[in-house]
Amino acid sequence: MSSRNAILDSLRQNVPPAASLPAPITTGIRFADPIKQFEETLTIAGGTLVRANGQQDLTSALAKIDVYASAAKIASLVPGLPSKDVDLSAIDDPHDLEGIDVAVLPGKFGVAENAAVWIPGETLTPHRAIFVIVQHLILVVPASEIVDNLHQAYERIQWIPNSFGIFISGPSKTADIEQSLVIGAHGARSCTVILF
Amino acid sequence: MTGHAEKSAAFVANEDRAHWHDQSLWFVRSKRDKQASGIPEWEALREAASAIKTHTLSRLADYLEEFERNATANGIQVHWARDAAEHNAIVHQILASHGVTHLVKSKSMLTEECHLNPYLEARGIEVTDTDLGERIVQLRKEPPSHIVMPAIHLKREEIGELFHIELGTEKGASDPKYLTEAARSHLRSKFMGAQAGLTGVNFAVAETGGVVVCTNEGNADMGASLPRLHIACMGIEKLIPRAAHLSVFLRLLARSGTGQPITGYTSHFNGPVRGGEMHVVVVDNGRSRILGQETFRRSLGCIRCGACMNTCPVYRRSGGYSYGYTVPGPIGSILAPQRDPEKYASLPFASSLCGSCTDVCPVKIDLHHQLLAFRKVLVDLKAVPLQKRLGMAFAGFVLSRPSLYRLGGGLLRAIVPRLPRGLIYGSWNPWGIQREIPPMPQQSFRDLIQKEPS
Repeated sequence: MSSRNAILDSLRQNVPPAASLPAPITTGIRFADPIKQFEETLTIAGGTLVRANGQQDLTSALAKIDVYASAAKIASLVPGLPSKDVDLSAIDDPHDLEGIDVAVLPGKFGVAENAAVWIPGETLTPHRAIFVIVQHLILVVPASEIVDNLHQAYERIQWIPNSFGIFISGPSKTADIEQSLVIGAHGARSCTVILF
Repeated sequence: MTGHAEKSAAFVANEDRAHWHDQSLWFVRSKRDKQASGIPEWEALREAASAIKTHTLSRLADYLEEFERNATANGIQVHWARDAAEHNAIVHQILASHGVTHLVKSKSMLTEECHLNPYLEARGIEVTDTDLGERIVQLRKEPPSHIVMPAIHLKREEIGELFHIELGTEKGASDPKYLTEAARSHLRSKFMGAQAGLTGVNFAVAETGGVVVCTNEGNADMGASLPRLHIACMGIEKLIPRAAHLSVFLRLLARSGTGQPITGYTSHFNGPVRGGEMHVVVVDNGRSRILGQETFRRSLGCIRCGACMNTCPVYRRSGGYSYGYTVPGPIGSILAPQRDPEKYASLPFASSLCGSCTDVCPVKIDLHHQLLAFRKVLVDLKAVPLQKRLGMAFAGFVLSRPSLYRLGGGLLRAIVPRLPRGLIYGSWNPWGIQREIPPMPQQSFRDLIQKEPS
């Protein structure tokens, strides 16, 4: 017998009594001011919130971010915001992304309770590694797209076969040495979220 | 055979360090409390998580088939392993067929359970654990002492010394920021040179045929998105039915484990990286047997958050290594003796049965009830030391005979205060090794009650 069938048989022989699936949870914590909550949570997670006054203000908002202003190589996947000295479409091997200082990525929506920003894998095309290999991350999210909690968040996600998607909440971090929080473990050393 | 008490002796002997360890974990437990109390629907979430797990376990075979179908449609290759040996052979075969010589791994307690690293290393593959805590213990040639914080037992000076020797950091340097930066650069070179990445799985979703991996460091994403080959290893119990259920578990997981509202990266892998391959290895290794045991099957609901360890007064004061099993603490003390009751017979006794683990468990596993129930199993198996069994048999004999109990009580009250200390405390009285027998009362509780006016 194949291992697959052996495992499935064993599970069916040992099957517990039937138990029904609970009703889906659709309500969760709500905030009077979700954007304020998002900012507070993001700050605790080691990130920074920047407010932009609409799409036309994004360029000047970016210019005020130190890591962006001083970056030699910038990869942008946000329409209308240019890359700098990086042509993602010309890169075949994701290892060649190493050395990019900043990635500017579009976030679909943000979650106030945990400062997570949802990034569907399609928006990272051609290389999904872009969000983790760069030194600094800037996520651009419409201010109207901040939900309160994760239940609302999952209601919004469209699942596409053979895809990738990620919630990012703040920069890469670790507390593996004596519980001391250190920002910049493997991924982004900073994470700025621009709400516009 | 050395049990928990013997294994913890050295740890306990260093009082300062044991206290420091205790405080470190209590700090994490306090962060958990703060997060939990900030969510008004916390108890409803735990209830939902528990019910989803109970339901899933009642139809696990069906959901695994659904997962396999959808994963295959996503272009993921699904493999099945009955035990650790088969799991290791499958992983090695995948790596060997791609000519992989360097593998980067993110945290996977399952591969620890299967002892994958030595298996691959013996076959010429360099394995690098990339979670900072795991890399630290790997360089020390130790297993993790905690499932979420693998190096929680180490002080910064020890890590500084280790990095000085292994990574060439400055001698005497112990600043966590400096050490983390050194590890970042060391591990980035490993990521750049690896031909494959292996990750664990926090949740597998039947509906989407994908897996979800949570990290704070981003190491799973480096490993799964840079090389063209991604292998994810999961126990069969990691499955949940629907993607919407992720919201319930993700709201609980990091809050319970590290006191964060969510981990930094929550990655949903529903297919291979562009131009690459993704494999999922589904492992039983004794889990289906646990499913058949009514008293203990709820332990399969565990989402490996570590909250029961952080809160356990025994774990905090004895350290992860005193358990001698991949998963320590209360949940490990149920899982380990399932695997080998003789070898891990002391673990269900390494608990005060205070119930704190049950109180914090995000999926409401009745941990302390299971620990108690397992003691009975072990006594029936005669896996408990003779001294303890005889003691229990004697206590049972006396306690079921009220007149004998009264007589015995009276004799002890009269005799014990007159005995020299050397006769009461000794190797024959393991209970008294770190405890004082309370002073004998003048009269029994029964006498006291009878004298009370009714």
